[in-house]
Amino acid sequence: MSLLRVEGLAKKFGGVSAVEELSFDIPAGKVYSIIGPNGAGKTTLLNLLTGVYQPSAGRIVFDGHDLTGRAPYEYASHGIARTFQNLQVFFNMSALENVMVGRYLQEHCGLLSALLRFPRLARAERACREQAAELMRYVGLQDYLSTASDAMPYGALKRLEIARALATEPKMMLLDEPAAGLNPTEALELDDLIGRLTERGVTVVLVEHNMRLVMGVSDHILVLDYGRKLAEGPALAVRNDPKVIEAYLGSNAAHEGALAGEIASAVAVAVEMRR
Amino acid sequence: MLARLASPRTGGLLALAAVIALLPLALANKYFYDIAILVGLNAIVCIGLNLLIGYAGQISLGHAGFFGLGAYGSAILASRYGWPPLAALLSTTFAVAVLAYLVGRPILRLKGHYLAMATLGLGIIIFMVITTEDKYTGGPDGMSVVPFSIAGFVLQGERVWYWVVGVLLLVAVWLALNLIESPAGRALRALHSSEVGAEVVGINAAKHKLMVFVISAVFASVAGSLGAHYSGFVTPGKAAFLHSIELVTMVVFGGMASTFGAVVGAAVLTTLPQLLAAFEDYEMMVFGAVMMGTMIFLPRGVVPSLARLFRSRRKPTVGDDKEAGG
Repeated sequence: MSLLRVEGLAKKFGGVSAVEELSFDIPAGKVYSIIGPNGAGKTTLLNLLTGVYQPSAGRIVFDGHDLTGRAPYEYASHGIARTFQNLQVFFNMSALENVMVGRYLQEHCGLLSALLRFPRLARAERACREQAAELMRYVGLQDYLSTASDAMPYGALKRLEIARALATEPKMMLLDEPAAGLNPTEALELDDLIGRLTERGVTVVLVEHNMRLVMGVSDHILVLDYGRKLAEGPALAVRNDPKVIEAYLGSNAAHEGALAGEIASAVAVAVEMRR
Repeated sequence: MLARLASPRTGGLLALAAVIALLPLALANKYFYDIAILVGLNAIVCIGLNLLIGYAGQISLGHAGFFGLGAYGSAILASRYGWPPLAALLSTTFAVAVLAYLVGRPILRLKGHYLAMATLGLGIIIFMVITTEDKYTGGPDGMSVVPFSIAGFVLQGERVWYWVVGVLLLVAVWLALNLIESPAGRALRALHSSEVGAEVVGINAAKHKLMVFVISAVFASVAGSLGAHYSGFVTPGKAAFLHSIELVTMVVFGGMASTFGAVVGAAVLTTLPQLLAAFEDYEMMVFGAVMMGTMIFLPRGVVPSLARLFRSRRKPTVGDDKEAGG
């Protein structure tokens, strides 16, 4: 059963097409990864799927609702949450408050109730604080419960964004390069966290360059190149797809049937060269 | 219980109430009462303006316009048309809220310098209208205002006004603290830091900016109405650009994103010109110097800087180099 359906999606910046004629379905309850070289349009696609960009053409249907052209907060209210490649942490607040902001959809109330602080709101606030603390422990941030967010290390901030996104009680969570900038140990812990997200019933959409992580956790993979779909399918099929290997390594390597581990290191090189 | 009393919220409110209650002991004559009342009225405007500038991160260089509209709305309705002052105040406040909503919708899409210019323009338009519509407003000469009265009881004399303004100031602080600690208040601080970050957790940033703009206009308008009735006279100077700058200076000096900072800023910068009466011609220069000095030496403002100093003495490690909400 598909949770998200994308039909003929396109995005142009001026005359440049970042995403072209893209159609795919994301099944519920799975880990769906989007990979591709730098500039392939992965982050543009995430921005389209969360309403941050408006598509030039195409439709986005989530959980039976056509969300094409809606604002980001409407995507959120339908159950799509995300993290950012370049962090969008609220640095003027404590870590806990960042997660509490994520509870906005569940907690927000009328202006009068907020100004006069009705007892019901005061109780809800205490509950909200506890739920936020619980989520911080869930993502492994129990040591930062009373820390200001701008005093936290980079790896912890990435988890903080995941906790904030989880606080919205999403059906689908989009992770934009969660492993970027993490050390190998932290990246390993991410596998476990993503696994637990799906156990919670959250569909995970992962954009990532770290092939070890992608191959380890993905059920489905979509490969983008120049804003177009290069390949799509179950993880195992995609990693042995000659077209994919060719895109990453050039045509010779395709015949040699490179293993996933080799792809990972080659991807890193290919990515560097494209830069 | 003790912990709750010592929290910045309850503790701060109690401290402010104590200051308001005990201050009359130090107020030797009517002149000092007069200054205290002006402090209170400015503080109410600054608390609202701080919600907009300090918490939501949206600048306004036209808030004296809303103050002026409040003052003249009450003055015209109560003095020219004989409305009961309370009805005049409430209708004026409502009209200002509607105006702020209608003007805020288009201009709050702007950011940074553009928003500053748009609000500056708004303030200047209001000032021009007040100065030129002399049939209603008395033009540059101003107009006199009847005293405030409720059900036959007339509010007159500095002492009575002192308590009225004191209680209203406490109410304003309480409302602002409540708002900031609510989901809506967190939404404001969040969109100040990252608008896209706030949007993707479900916050309608445009709606919240508009809401806080209207609230801050209402605070300014109510203070303007009360100020007009208290002093018995209004002049267009209250709606002028320089007054807007004074208000922003108070907020920045006291400390952005600090409700008590706004009160302290209003208190210091309202009192300072009175103490410097001998330099009257240089008042704006003093304001300018205070603004520059604050930006250079206390970019966080007085109250957050002191709070940080106090905290770092007790716990030297926690959050030392923190921007208190910018």
